[in-house]
Amino acid sequence: MRSGALRPEMQFATLAQQGETAQLGMWVFIATETLFFGALLFAYFVYRNLYPEEFAQAAKETVLWCGILNTGLLLTSSLTMVLAIEAAAAGRRQALTNWLLATAALGIAFILIKSYEWYLDYQDGVVPAVHFFMKLDQAPAGELFWVFYFIATPLHALHLSIGVGLLFFMLTRARRGELTSGYFAPLEVVGLYWSFVDTVWIFLFPAIYLVGRS
Amino acid sequence: MAALAADVGTDYLTSENTVRSWLLTRDHKRIGLLFFASITFFFFIGGIAATLIRLHLATPSGLLQPSIYNRVFTMHGIVMVWFFLIPSIPTTLGNFVLPLMIGAHDLAFPRINLASWYVFNLSGLVLLYALIMGGADAGWTFYPPFSTLYSDGYILVAALAVFVNGFSTIMTALNFVVTTHRLRAPGMTWMRLPLFVWAIYSVSLLMLLATPVLAMVLLLVAAERFLQVGLFDPTHGGDPILFQHIFWFYSHPAVYIMIVPAMGVVSELVTCFARRPIFGYTGMAYALMAIAILSFFVWAHHMFVAGISIYSAVVFSLMTFFVAVPSAIKVFNWTATLHKGSISFDAPFLYALGFVLLFTIGGVTGLMVATLGLDIDLHDTYFVIAHFHYIMVGGTVSAFFGGLHYWWPKITGRLYPELWARFAALLTFVGFNLTFFPQFILGYLGMPRRYYTYAPEWQPWNLLSSAGASILAVAYLLPLGYLAWSMLRGERAGPNPWRATGLEWQTSSPPPTYNFARTPAVTTAPYAYNPENGSYVAQDGTVHA
Amino acid sequence: MQGWLPFWPRTAAVSGEVVNALYIAELGICVLIVLTVVGLMLRFCLVYRRGSSASRANLVAKTWQWEISWTVATLVLFLFAFVWGAVVYIWLYDPPSGELQIYVVGKQWMWKMEHPGGQREIDALHVPVNTTVRLVLASQDVIHSFFVPAFRIKRDVVPGTLETIWFKATKAGTYRIECTQLCGVQHANMTGEVTVMEPAAFGRWLKQQGVHESLAQQGEAVFREHGCSGCHSTASTVHAPLMNGLYGSLVHLQDGSSRVADERYLRDCILLPRTFTVAGYPPVMPDFSGQLSEDDLVKLIAYIKSLAK
Ligand code: HEA
Ligand code: HEA
Ligand code: HEC
Ligand code: CUA
Ligand SMILES: [Cu+2]
Repeated sequence: MRSGALRPEMQFATLAQQGETAQLGMWVFIATETLFFGALLFAYFVYRNLYPEEFAQAAKETVLWCGILNTGLLLTSSLTMVLAIEAAAAGRRQALTNWLLATAALGIAFILIKSYEWYLDYQDGVVPAVHFFMKLDQAPAGELFWVFYFIATPLHALHLSIGVGLLFFMLTRARRGELTSGYFAPLEVVGLYWSFVDTVWIFLFPAIYLVGRS
Repeated sequence: MAALAADVGTDYLTSENTVRSWLLTRDHKRIGLLFFASITFFFFIGGIAATLIRLHLATPSGLLQPSIYNRVFTMHGIVMVWFFLIPSIPTTLGNFVLPLMIGAHDLAFPRINLASWYVFNLSGLVLLYALIMGGADAGWTFYPPFSTLYSDGYILVAALAVFVNGFSTIMTALNFVVTTHRLRAPGMTWMRLPLFVWAIYSVSLLMLLATPVLAMVLLLVAAERFLQVGLFDPTHGGDPILFQHIFWFYSHPAVYIMIVPAMGVVSELVTCFARRPIFGYTGMAYALMAIAILSFFVWAHHMFVAGISIYSAVVFSLMTFFVAVPSAIKVFNWTATLHKGSISFDAPFLYALGFVLLFTIGGVTGLMVATLGLDIDLHDTYFVIAHFHYIMVGGTVSAFFGGLHYWWPKITGRLYPELWARFAALLTFVGFNLTFFPQFILGYLGMPRRYYTYAPEWQPWNLLSSAGASILAVAYLLPLGYLAWSMLRGERAGPNPWRATGLEWQTSSPPPTYNFARTPAVTTAPYAYNPENGSYVAQDGTVHA
Repeated sequence: MQGWLPFWPRTAAVSGEVVNALYIAELGICVLIVLTVVGLMLRFCLVYRRGSSASRANLVAKTWQWEISWTVATLVLFLFAFVWGAVVYIWLYDPPSGELQIYVVGKQWMWKMEHPGGQREIDALHVPVNTTVRLVLASQDVIHSFFVPAFRIKRDVVPGTLETIWFKATKAGTYRIECTQLCGVQHANMTGEVTVMEPAAFGRWLKQQGVHESLAQQGEAVFREHGCSGCHSTASTVHAPLMNGLYGSLVHLQDGSSRVADERYLRDCILLPRTFTVAGYPPVMPDFSGQLSEDDLVKLIAYIKSLAK
């Protein structure tokens, strides 16, 4: 399937069918991912329910400004992603490239800020097993919060990095002219993935930053 | 007859013959065969472990070191569950016949299909590494805090292997779901799908929704073990029971992941060899979906003695009785399908009969352990071992062999030797019962599972069980021999040796690379057999006298 | 049935009889169903084998009445088993207070039993016949499971919490204790014996153990050594609840809920004081997790229990 006249792959009758199939595939994948993060959040909530005070205290040590800034970045990136898809649908190739680049830039900014936040956490001595100091007034269960934090946020960042990779893949495909106003299903699939990763963050953000601060 | 077949001589096996063409193939049929090779390999690894277990248990004192014994049954469980039984029917028979049955030219995502095989083998390599290093010893259930803080086996590596294996499962399942939704031939409505397709479809849903939960809980176990932080360790505020909840939330659906494809296979076999439409097609299809859905709400029946509240135990027990209802519908419908049939006793049918019988025994004993008062006594004894081997070995493995024989002519284009096959089917049945029936008795006598040594008065039953296992080994090794022979010397099969109605039989054997010369059009429901005169209407509408 | 080929286990407790009855009844249902299925299958296979002359006309077309009726019929049979099983379970897992309470501590790979009189045994348990014995189970390390086949009782022993189980032995003799939760290399050797004795013989056995301090007395010492008495006594300046009359009472907690002060509650108070606070007291009770062994805990609890009246 090279540039020029796009033809569907062997198993499909039409390009439209191929595109719909790819989208359904991504939806199914998102269902799987939902249960993946769902299991983690479930365990988190069980413990938070068991140790409300410890979790609230530990959560107060998170770096709130990083969290808020990052939430803003991700929400904006969802918007730019939608704009990229619209540009593709309208066949505006330059706009498509620009919006894709903007989305990727926002994603990368998120990861950089997150990394800086981990660095702050490290200095704060809240990285379990690596660099952890139990505050005197905290019970051992406070550590559980940080264990979850350091499982959930890297996992999310990993998903986001994959998303950024996909964006660059889309950029090259756009440059090769494989995304036309007639067929841009791959971009829509990436868009679905991107908004899923955003949604995960929308769940993580309150669970991490807002528990101890209400 | 073979209106849908392509020209002779261009089948998927011979079209290209380089090693490269196999390793980079995107043809679902070839990938099915690649999976078949991997899975057979792991069946032997698991089988060797089973052989060691039974050899060891022939005498109360045994022949292995206790720590070795623990590793052997752990690896047996892990290999058999994740590297053999879960992938067995879906990735081999499912991969091969599902697109054929729905009239598609391939799966929706052929590259993902191939990637799934590579990921599977990668996970297998990781597991073999764990095995060579010395294996894991915490049971296939990985219960903390033993697995995380006390075990000295290679738990991390084994867990990683299962984790990676999950990606393969998910990729394959995703492919099946999307393919069934989007690539059905014109006229192939949902209510015209062969039951095997229904089975693969519902099992794929189960895999998609359950496997990620296992992945996450293994990640948590790995984190606890690797970092020595207390996720499930009560001295750090963790809760070991929480692990069990999450694990069984996956693993109960997983046991249905192992049986549902087998039910699909058996439905095909029973109706074809009884030459009669399946009894209650709609009920059979909905029952499969019902099993898939209900199975998510019974997980705590593995934890009746683990300290859950009495209230939840009662609820979960009741739910377990309800989840047996769709299985009951299936058993009765298979039986009723024989009524007024015109039955011939070819090997696939013998395996199917064995399946129904052994599954029923496994199922009703499942209800015995689901009975709260009894489970207090039976939990973690050999009664449970017998229960699940009846279903998994007597049921699923029999169905797998049945399906393999049934579709063998389609896969290879050759017939297998019928007499040998019937003999193997019978031998399986005899060997199986001899192996596992004594274990029900041992269980009620109070012999706990995962014991490397036992009270001397239990030896007769254990000896019997070990003797049965050696018969079983022969019965499983036999097909390997005669099936291999038939690939070279077997009689040519022709497109439809069983005179079956499915689309897969309307193309040539072996099928051409893209399955059908042109996309078939479906005009009838499946299983339009007429027992009165042996005629049938294939799903592409052709009538055969 | 205890010949060279045993097929029925010994039964030596009330619970054993009860479970036997349930087992036989349900086995009966299962055999009935399996025989029905097999019988029908064999019959159909015979009558409708290919080439037989039986008529195949008029296949059943409407199938759902059949499907529903036989499913409901079998389901009703099984629901009967479910109810019976649930009743037995509740009866077994909701233990009465018992005439004799023994603490059992499991650790890799042995069972330690502590009698109220202070007698201790390892991998052995002596009890009087026809007496309701209540076992309080604790684990020092991993999950174990306490199983006496002849009594048909079993319960997982989960670290971090206490479980209880009870039995009333009906026949003197010795019976196996087994651990049924995989707990490591010697899991299969974590066995022991219950010896059921006539009450008089049991009394003699207790005396022969040569113990001077009861479990509660030993607990009192622990209570002092670990500084509990510094707060929990009338002389203390800290505002902390007194232990007298605590066991078995209903405690109101700060968050508005209330709990019965049983063994598990006392254990949580000592090891997890931060997860809840007794209403009306400051949350200053220190966390003792990691400082007290399961043995000490058992003694403390026995001591607090002895202050019940
Ligand atoms: C393929 C695998 C498979 C399948 C399909 C099943 C099916 C069932 N299982 Fe099984 N089970 C396992 C594999 C499986 N199981 C494994 C591996 C374990 C042990 C795990 C471990 O600890 O290592 C286990 C353990 C296990 C337990 C825990 C025991 C314990 O550890 O104490 C329980 C308890 O409820 C249970 C119950 C059931 C029930 C009720 C069914 C039902 O789905 C069965 C339904 C079928 C029938 C009932 C037969 C047909 C019906 C009729 C002929 C009609 C009559 C019936 C009615 C109308 C109700 N199973
Ligand atoms: C999922 C599928 C599956 C399958 C197919 C099997 C197949 C068999 N199992 Fe398995 N078994 C489990 C799943 C399975 N098992 C699980 C999940 C457990 C629990 C593990 C745990 O507790 O953690 C278990 C536990 C288990 C135990 C209990 C161990 C214990 O608790 O101490 C026993 C004991 O008899 C046993 C026996 C057997 C036997 C005899 C077979 C036979 O059917 C196997 C027959 C096959 C063969 C025999 C292979 C034939 C080929 C060869 C033998 C080649 C040999 C070659 C050479 C020697 C060169 N199994
Ligand atoms: C620093 C003082 C202090 C010490 C030392 C202390 N406690 Fe406490 N304890 C308290 C206070 C205050 C409460 C009530 C508030 C609460 O529940 O946290 C309490 C509550 C309890 C309760 C629950 C009482 C109820 O009414 O429900 C128990 C049981 C208990 N302690 C046992 C012990 C034991 C056993 C020890 C020693 C191993 C101990 N305590 C040591 C201060 C203390
Ligand atoms: Cu303790 Cu097994
Ligand atoms: Cu289950």
